[in-house]
Amino acid sequence: MKFFKLFGEYILLMKGMFTKPENFKMYWKELMHQCVEIGIGALGIVSIISVFMGAVSAVQTAYQLTSPLVPKTTISQVVRDTVILEFAPTLVCIVLAGVMGSKIAGELGNMRVSEQIDALEIMGINTKSYLVMPKILAALITIPLLVIISMALGIWGGRFASGMSNIVSLETFDKGLLMGFTPFYISFALAKAYTFAFIISSVPAFYGYHVKGGALEIGRASTTAVVASCILILFADYILAAILL
Amino acid sequence: MIEIKNVSKSFGDKQILKGVSAVMETGKTNLIIGTSGSGKTVLQKCMVGLFEVDKGEILYDGKSFTAMHEEERKELRQQIGMLFQGSALFDSMTVERNVKFPLDMFTTWDHKKKIDRVNEVLERVNLKDTNKKFPAEVSGGMKKRVGIARAIVLNPKYLFCDEPNSGLDPQTSMVIDLLIKEITQEYNMTTVINTHDMNSVMEIGENILYMYQGEKEWVGNNKEIIFSKNQKLNEFIFASEFLRDAKDMRMLEEKGIIDNDRNMDEVMKDPEAHLLMGDNDKRESHPGPADDK
Ligand SMILES: Nc1ncnc2c1ncn2[C@@H]1O[C@H](COP(=O)(O)OP(=O)(O)O)[C@@H](O)[C@H]1O
Ligand SMILES: [Mg+2]
Repeated sequence: MKFFKLFGEYILLMKGMFTKPENFKMYWKELMHQCVEIGIGALGIVSIISVFMGAVSAVQTAYQLTSPLVPKTTISQVVRDTVILEFAPTLVCIVLAGVMGSKIAGELGNMRVSEQIDALEIMGINTKSYLVMPKILAALITIPLLVIISMALGIWGGRFASGMSNIVSLETFDKGLLMGFTPFYISFALAKAYTFAFIISSVPAFYGYHVKGGALEIGRASTTAVVASCILILFADYILAAILL
Repeated sequence: MIEIKNVSKSFGDKQILKGVSAVMETGKTNLIIGTSGSGKTVLQKCMVGLFEVDKGEILYDGKSFTAMHEEERKELRQQIGMLFQGSALFDSMTVERNVKFPLDMFTTWDHKKKIDRVNEVLERVNLKDTNKKFPAEVSGGMKKRVGIARAIVLNPKYLFCDEPNSGLDPQTSMVIDLLIKEITQEYNMTTVINTHDMNSVMEIGENILYMYQGEKEWVGNNKEIIFSKNQKLNEFIFASEFLRDAKDMRMLEEKGIIDNDRNMDEVMKDPEAHLLMGDNDKRESHPGPADDK
């Protein structure tokens, strides 16, 4: 019962976003600001995670492939496919859900509690579209880009680790990378990235926008938002895999 | 002029406003007073549409706000300024950008014209050299001034202030109160102020609505409040011994019983004085007749 109420409120928030902007220039400025906050802000952590993810998957695959019958090029193929299919979109988005989810929910929750949202409403501004929409759009623009960067860095991390610890020679690794490549995997990963981007931005925005009370409730809303986003990401991951693969 | 007609509002099964009617006059500081939790904020938020009323009607200069569509309301809201209890400044923006924000949103002026207007209103509220500071870096009184500046930057016809002097020292409170009153007269605005501050009531109470547990209990101005025999009102306004004495003095003064030529002994012998104060002293034991209800 409570779930349906929440879901209804969520749909109303999404629906409320679609109105004519009071001033297009201000909305554009806010969108750019959010792109910087969300995109550039998360670049550092995404890079670090991606490189290590790739490196770890290379080392572990090599460790498990002991049979002399399996060619060494398999290692780079495994690294490539796991990074593109799962690590770059899903893992990165789970981390982003934690980083950005708490930020979005906290920011909106603070604006709600300190009556800044009311102040905007009184000025005659639709806060659903002015505050929530730019965040969702910014996430939809920047997160797929982050995922692509993450793919490249992940594969590079695997290659680097292979070279460093003499698992395979770099030539063998590069040869393996080009073998049996399925371009559809990239589209699939991007479909996941767009879906997750929407979840990561809209769910925390929903929890933040509807905070009631004080500082304690803001913290609680952030936590709930992150947990809900993570669960939804994993759920959507399963659904997309079942449908598209 | 804002008319409130028989407005009711409930949250869940708790009725907060119970059929309140009142008139907020143009060019005057209209006060809504009452203890914490009496429904002042809810009434004000109903007036500006942050809460929808369950029953009743709000009229802005004769036009029904309650019946308006969202688009019409948005238009009207550009003529409304509001100062929130916690100032509600945008804390990611400097003072200057806070005040400039409504101009950015709703005007097509060039940058210089906007900045000139911002400086004009900041000067009007006696703020200088704070343009580049962030809200977290200025004092509570300054935040209120910035809030006022932001509220009046678009020259609104209606100004709402929710407890403009809560959390301020008495002197700063007075300055803010007088500032709001001056601005109201200067721009001929309809100003509605929520307060539970006795000083504000006496200083700027040109039209006072006293709320008691969600109902209109008393209406009048700061002269009439001295002579009011409404028991609940008196207990609220003149809560301390000191203020009760002050009320007696003021009452005698207004009636011309005390003046500079008479000393206190003479006054105390005046039967009329006792008549006035006597009524007042019996207040605690016998509920007096509620006047003007
Ligand atoms: N959004 C809300 N939801 C439920 N109850 C509320 C809400 N806002 C205010 N109330 C209740 O309404 C009553 C009056 O509150 P309020 O108008 O803020 O009082 P005050 O006169 O101090 O401003 C309080 O009992 C408060 O709990
Ligand atoms: Mg209040």
